[in-house]
Amino acid sequence: MNAAEGGGILGRPLQVANAGVELFADTLSQQGVPVERIEWLPAAAGSEGTLARLAAQEARIAKANDEAVRRMQEAKPMLIGVGRAGELVPDLDRHTLLHAGPPIDWPDMSGPLRGAVLGAIIYEGLADDPETAERLAGSGALRFAPCHERGAVGPMAGVVSASMPMWIVENVSHGNVAYCTFNEGLGKVLRYGAFDTEVQERLHWLADGLAPVMSAALARLGPLDLRSLIAQALQMGDEGHNRNRACTSLFLRHLAPLLPELTLPSAQLARAAAFIAANDHFTLNLTMPAGKATADAAAGVEASSIVVAMARNGTEFGIRVTGTGERWFTGPAGVVEGLYLPGFGPEDANRDIGDSTITETIGLGGFAMAAAPAIVSFVGGRPEDAVSATESMYEICWAESAHYQIPALSFRGTPLGIDCREVVHTGVLPFVNTGIASRKPGVGQVGAGLVKPPLQAFAAATAALAGELD
Amino acid sequence: MADLVSVRRDTYFDSVALMLVSRDAAAVGGVDQASAVAATPLNLELLQGQAFSLPEDLGPNDLVIAIRAETEAAAQAALAAVEGSLAEQRRSAPVGRALAPARSLRSAARRHPDLSLAFISVPGRFAAYEAAQALQAGLHVFCFSDGVSIQDEVALKQRATELGLLFMGPDCGTAIIDGVGLGFANAVQRGPVAVVGASGTGIQELTCLLDAAGVGISHAIGVGGRDLKREVGGLMTLAALKLLAEDVETKVIVVVSKPPDPAVAGRVQTAAAETGKPVVMALPGLTSSLSEAAGVRLAGTLEAGARLAAELAGGEGWATEEPPVAATPGLIRGLFSGGTLCTEAMTVVAQAGQVVHSNIPLRPEWRLADSRTSEGHCFVDFGDDELTQGRAHPMIDPSLRNERFQREAADPAVGVLVLDVVLGYGADADPAELTRLMRRALADRPGRLTVCISLCGATDDPQSLEAQATQLRQAGAVVTRSAAAAARAALLAAGLK
Repeated sequence: MNAAEGGGILGRPLQVANAGVELFADTLSQQGVPVERIEWLPAAAGSEGTLARLAAQEARIAKANDEAVRRMQEAKPMLIGVGRAGELVPDLDRHTLLHAGPPIDWPDMSGPLRGAVLGAIIYEGLADDPETAERLAGSGALRFAPCHERGAVGPMAGVVSASMPMWIVENVSHGNVAYCTFNEGLGKVLRYGAFDTEVQERLHWLADGLAPVMSAALARLGPLDLRSLIAQALQMGDEGHNRNRACTSLFLRHLAPLLPELTLPSAQLARAAAFIAANDHFTLNLTMPAGKATADAAAGVEASSIVVAMARNGTEFGIRVTGTGERWFTGPAGVVEGLYLPGFGPEDANRDIGDSTITETIGLGGFAMAAAPAIVSFVGGRPEDAVSATESMYEICWAESAHYQIPALSFRGTPLGIDCREVVHTGVLPFVNTGIASRKPGVGQVGAGLVKPPLQAFAAATAALAGELD
Repeated sequence: MADLVSVRRDTYFDSVALMLVSRDAAAVGGVDQASAVAATPLNLELLQGQAFSLPEDLGPNDLVIAIRAETEAAAQAALAAVEGSLAEQRRSAPVGRALAPARSLRSAARRHPDLSLAFISVPGRFAAYEAAQALQAGLHVFCFSDGVSIQDEVALKQRATELGLLFMGPDCGTAIIDGVGLGFANAVQRGPVAVVGASGTGIQELTCLLDAAGVGISHAIGVGGRDLKREVGGLMTLAALKLLAEDVETKVIVVVSKPPDPAVAGRVQTAAAETGKPVVMALPGLTSSLSEAAGVRLAGTLEAGARLAAELAGGEGWATEEPPVAATPGLIRGLFSGGTLCTEAMTVVAQAGQVVHSNIPLRPEWRLADSRTSEGHCFVDFGDDELTQGRAHPMIDPSLRNERFQREAADPAVGVLVLDVVLGYGADADPAELTRLMRRALADRPGRLTVCISLCGATDDPQSLEAQATQLRQAGAVVTRSAAAAARAALLAAGLK
């Protein structure tokens, strides 16, 4: 019971939290008083003024954060169907391409994003070869827009063009919808900037082969509760970003009984099932729009310091905070520290890229690392390193998920609702798991690992929030 | 028999956890059966088989708690047990592994719901944010940090008032809550007198003088040096008086402050009278006339305030200190670590008709142009904000004062030095360096220099009051327990009385 819940101060045992000089904690310990010693470090230089301004707004921000997080907790993302990007996403014509991360134009795009753009141009039939596609990309005739600004999310390059099939995920609690393309599997794939014939053929099969199967299956299955699916996957060793094996298996388990009943060619059905079964990350593209639908539920909460988007375009890492509306706050995208596929090394790595950080934004991925002992090699190799990673995220989060739980932490909810103030205040950066794309267009994935978001993005967002509240 | 069915929508716990939770709930007295289960078709069938009436629209993601007990109260107790265990499930750390320390007060409060107070001593520019977070987390605040703007102080105190919390500070040096010393506090005996202080060393002096007189302390609540200024309006002094009015241990209340804003003083007096307990306002440096409200006594020094409080508390054995001193005519220089002790000593010297220069002057025209350069009779408070920027408080780091001591002692115009030595929790454990400097200074100017030391401490302090007094006397100091007595001794030695 904290004091505000009815505990006074006189006549009840003192229990003290000490922030600052250890000597004072020592004198209390000497007197037999239980003391919780905060590991207090000064906030990043230059941010003390911002924090001091926000101090006066603490009550207002706390109330707003409660509201933002309440909405995220309430959000219930359901997979309701499949459609074509051009028909789903507002104002997405053949000459508009969506991409991951904050806004960026062709000249600033990194290798994998350029590669994916070329691939999408060819896929849409706007050019027949990469050279023509490149000229078109740089001609100014195309419009580029962030997925996040159109209700979508895209892994890695995240390029979406009009005729690509997309999952439709609805947050049935609040009615907002999010979209994401199908996962293409590993290796040479568009999202890692590959665009050759193999990539094109697969993209066409996703649209013409897989999409009808998924559409028909979902019609049979009815809306699929993704929140429940992800919650179960976490209990089975996924963290929802770099490990999706359990979730994909569970998804396939939902599909398996009804696939044979669908009135589609059995070869098509068999290929669809085999494709999903062979791709551990198939449901990353369901977890991501589930995350987007969840985070978007918390959009537009005035005065709240909760982060509702983190996304990278391969050049910049951007965040959005609900209390500052749709503004992006950016810093340079980091270099991923990770493990490389055979034959690749750090020199091959592109800077951090993709919207998949939406998983961390809602308490999955790096935030749920403790749920995924199978991939602890990313964080130091020991299960306790994974536990520490998750624990450190509670320090910067407003709440704990009511739905996503971690067995290794006695089913504690995952850290939910990044408070941009606390990132600045503690210097603890969000723990982000991610894949690594080759810096060269057309190569694909070269590894996976961890990346540190730029503190400056959080500092800028926090300063902007302080500005709005003054 | 009482049936109780509670549903938590969209709540998942693993089945083993639920089994254990159910088992604990079933063990509650008077409970016939208790089940916390996921609302799967199987579980629903089982519950229906036991004739529980259940809502229609349950799904497998919902959690159902079904309890059958002899009485409604027993059923409610079992439900509370279930809720408690489920909450516990979400809090536990993994076995055999230490949790990394919390990085913020909010995090600490979330980890430990029984925390009651945040002790904040971070650099001043960060203090307001920490304090705001602590209050929001429901913690009382002891803010040792200085350098918080008065606007921030007002906002924090208003917030604390809304939340029914204490915000002690900023620049709060001392508090004693139920016998626990916070910050710089002395191990005084417990008893009937409560102190509300806008000054850390003021509280220390008062509580130690009462301790010496055999009168104990119930609580001492620090409110920060500016609480009785017009802008702050005594918000925390008023809050503290309210708390102490209701505190059964407290029989007498002393309010310690620098001279307050008259309007605020009026409000405090009214609140003091409303406590229904005798209240003494000890206001060293008080020059203007402040009229006494009913039940409220005024004192112009800490010493007088302590004496009044001791009398009101029925204490006996108050002895005025008059130590013997030799004459060493010359200027008086005061070097203090405690601001209120400095003011107390200055008040005594000024009452003897002397002009007293200072960095915290009694009158504006007595302000030192430069606190590093003395003029005439001169008292310096080394704990003042200006002299603590970027360094520890002189009670922790006495080096600045020691350096000044040597300079003043060597000045042929100076006849008397007055210093405070403050013992207690958190204070420099052994002022041995001062003793060494003093021996040398007195040896250098035999018969020409007197050192008067006001030794603020309680018998049970960790540094041992007796041992410290002996050590200081052996080094040649005139040692008193009160700053006022030290100042009187200084006047006597300087030939001014």
